[in-house]
Amino acid sequence: MAGKTLYDKLWDDHLVKQRDDGSALIYIDRQLLHEVTSPQAFEGLRLAGRKPWRLDANIATPDHNVPTTDRDKGVEGIVDPVSRIQVETLDKNCDEFGILEFKIKDQRQGIVHVIGPEQGATLPGMSIVCGDSHTSTHGAFGCLAHGIGTSEVEHVLATQCLVQKKMKNMLVKVNGKLGPGVTGKDVVLAIIGKIGTAGGTGYAVEFGGEAIRGLSMEARMSICNMSIEAGARVGMVAVDDTTIDYVKGRPFAPKGETWDKAVDYWRTLHSDDDAEFDKVVELDGSAIKPQVSWGTSPEMVTGIDGSVPDPDREADPIKREGIVRALKYMGLKPNQKITDIQLDRVFIGSCTNSRIEDLREAAAVVKGRKVSPSLKQAMVVPGSGLVKAQAEQEGLDKIFIEAGLEWRDPGCSMCLAMNADKLGQGEHCASTSNRNFEGRQGFGGRTHLVSPAMAAAAAVTGHFVDVRELMH
Amino acid sequence: MRAFTQHQGVVAPMDRSNVDTDMIIPKQFLKSIKRTGFGPNLFDELRYLDEGKPDQDCSQRPINPDFVLNQDRYKNASVLLARANFGCGSSREHAPWALDDFGFRVIIAPSFADIFYNNCFKNGLLPIVLPEEVVDQLFRETEESKGYQLSVDLEAKTVTTPSGEVFSFEVDDFRRHCLLNGLDDIGVTLEDADLIRDYEEKRKQTAPWLFNAGH
Repeated sequence: MAGKTLYDKLWDDHLVKQRDDGSALIYIDRQLLHEVTSPQAFEGLRLAGRKPWRLDANIATPDHNVPTTDRDKGVEGIVDPVSRIQVETLDKNCDEFGILEFKIKDQRQGIVHVIGPEQGATLPGMSIVCGDSHTSTHGAFGCLAHGIGTSEVEHVLATQCLVQKKMKNMLVKVNGKLGPGVTGKDVVLAIIGKIGTAGGTGYAVEFGGEAIRGLSMEARMSICNMSIEAGARVGMVAVDDTTIDYVKGRPFAPKGETWDKAVDYWRTLHSDDDAEFDKVVELDGSAIKPQVSWGTSPEMVTGIDGSVPDPDREADPIKREGIVRALKYMGLKPNQKITDIQLDRVFIGSCTNSRIEDLREAAAVVKGRKVSPSLKQAMVVPGSGLVKAQAEQEGLDKIFIEAGLEWRDPGCSMCLAMNADKLGQGEHCASTSNRNFEGRQGFGGRTHLVSPAMAAAAAVTGHFVDVRELMH
Repeated sequence: MRAFTQHQGVVAPMDRSNVDTDMIIPKQFLKSIKRTGFGPNLFDELRYLDEGKPDQDCSQRPINPDFVLNQDRYKNASVLLARANFGCGSSREHAPWALDDFGFRVIIAPSFADIFYNNCFKNGLLPIVLPEEVVDQLFRETEESKGYQLSVDLEAKTVTTPSGEVFSFEVDDFRRHCLLNGLDDIGVTLEDADLIRDYEEKRKQTAPWLFNAGH
């Protein structure tokens, strides 16, 4: 019999009941809650007269709607009354049901997918859910982490379980070593470019290979975060020393003897050598260049030395029409060089790239340089209050401010523009976020997905440039 | 949840692949704390020429005459015919809520994104996967014949065209059972409350760090 994959192990360890009809009850160790996808779930509990099954499994924070300025005013500082009601509703629900929440003025507040790992509330081997598709982020810790809808948020609150059907196993193996200036973000964009935006649908994807093993936890989180942009709800990396070193000493992490026991278990969280995958995709990590998306789907991506595609060269009629539509929306011409795309704004932040390492990489590029006068705005939004404090301790805020970037307060911000931070119609943005969908960053806005280093390079030049040229 | 057994309705064709949930319901409408009222903003950026705002009277807004749902022949559509990877991106359940609120009961596509597919079943909306060539044929027939309708039978797992051609589809037994009976699946899960408690007791022995961490 073949060995088990990491996903098989996580599935087996959380299986409460296998039903005859192929569905299963999977136990959920941790639920993260935010203001956008939880109000209807709490309302559902109330209407049915139900109580949360296990309070200590839940942690909440407002992130999507929060402003990134004037935060000392707290909830009162949210100008948009509809956004304010949503944040107030989360506060009220958490108070009423007794759920731990890092409120808007708490230094531990931040983007859910940043604060879970930061607090050690994300631990290896856990099953984790959140009403947010980027919950796959937590798979970087060898977790079974799913994005779910609001009905399932309610289901998990009420039962601590999720009804699931086991997915297929996929291994994405990134061989070799990454070159300098090439980051986790470039790796995941290259993977999505290769397998497509639906390439991982129906699969739990494990990222492995020498290049992945060599990456920090921050970079692994960026990769797992964007699994969903390849269609995979679950993305994972096996546990190793890097994982365990990251978790050690965090507020929610076990201590003493329990820590030792936990580590013994965590060391088993990898695919067995003889495990069989339903699908294996391999990439040469050393060949990956800094990536830039040109279109309106994350699969529409190319290397920095590339060009916008010519729809006339696409044989598939549906794909061709997709390219034509994307070029029209993006205001780009066929065969236009990526380095010729002029930018209006730069956004460094989001659950994909707002952790301390991301900010260090961006700061290293802008240090001693100035934001191009051709830009309307370049902003840095740290992922949490603690990331912000750490960055300030390291003097990164000064580097950004001296270069002419705005240094903001933590939240989802311009990744999805639910707060006041958004693109104007027709504006091009170099963004470290995860989605370049039409209107994502603002009505008529044009998003180009890049790494923090590439966004920083774009900020100081006003157009896309190979960050490696600025590193010499 | 509202049960779904059979449905017959007018088909509207949404002829583009990778329709994401941001497109189905843009973010500014996710600020609502209700489950209803999203219908007027379904496909907002495609449907109207201006930028939509929450709590706005949409009947006064300039509409995009080219968009399929603005054409008279598709105005009362309740079956959405779509292309591959429909519903990709964000997990927002506001997407099926908006489709439902508009009046859709069935979505037919060659493939769906996982989270969206799952969310549909929680809301009495039936997503049906049919082979690419069948979907192509249905697109052609919808274009050619005004008022084109399809009949869907969840019990029999079939889609029937006006000419009587029948296509079978697959759906998980559990999802089908819940939808046919309009079951509250939280109630179904709670029937296994003892099993959940047993599981927790075992885990407290083998993995005590998972309980009361940081509290």
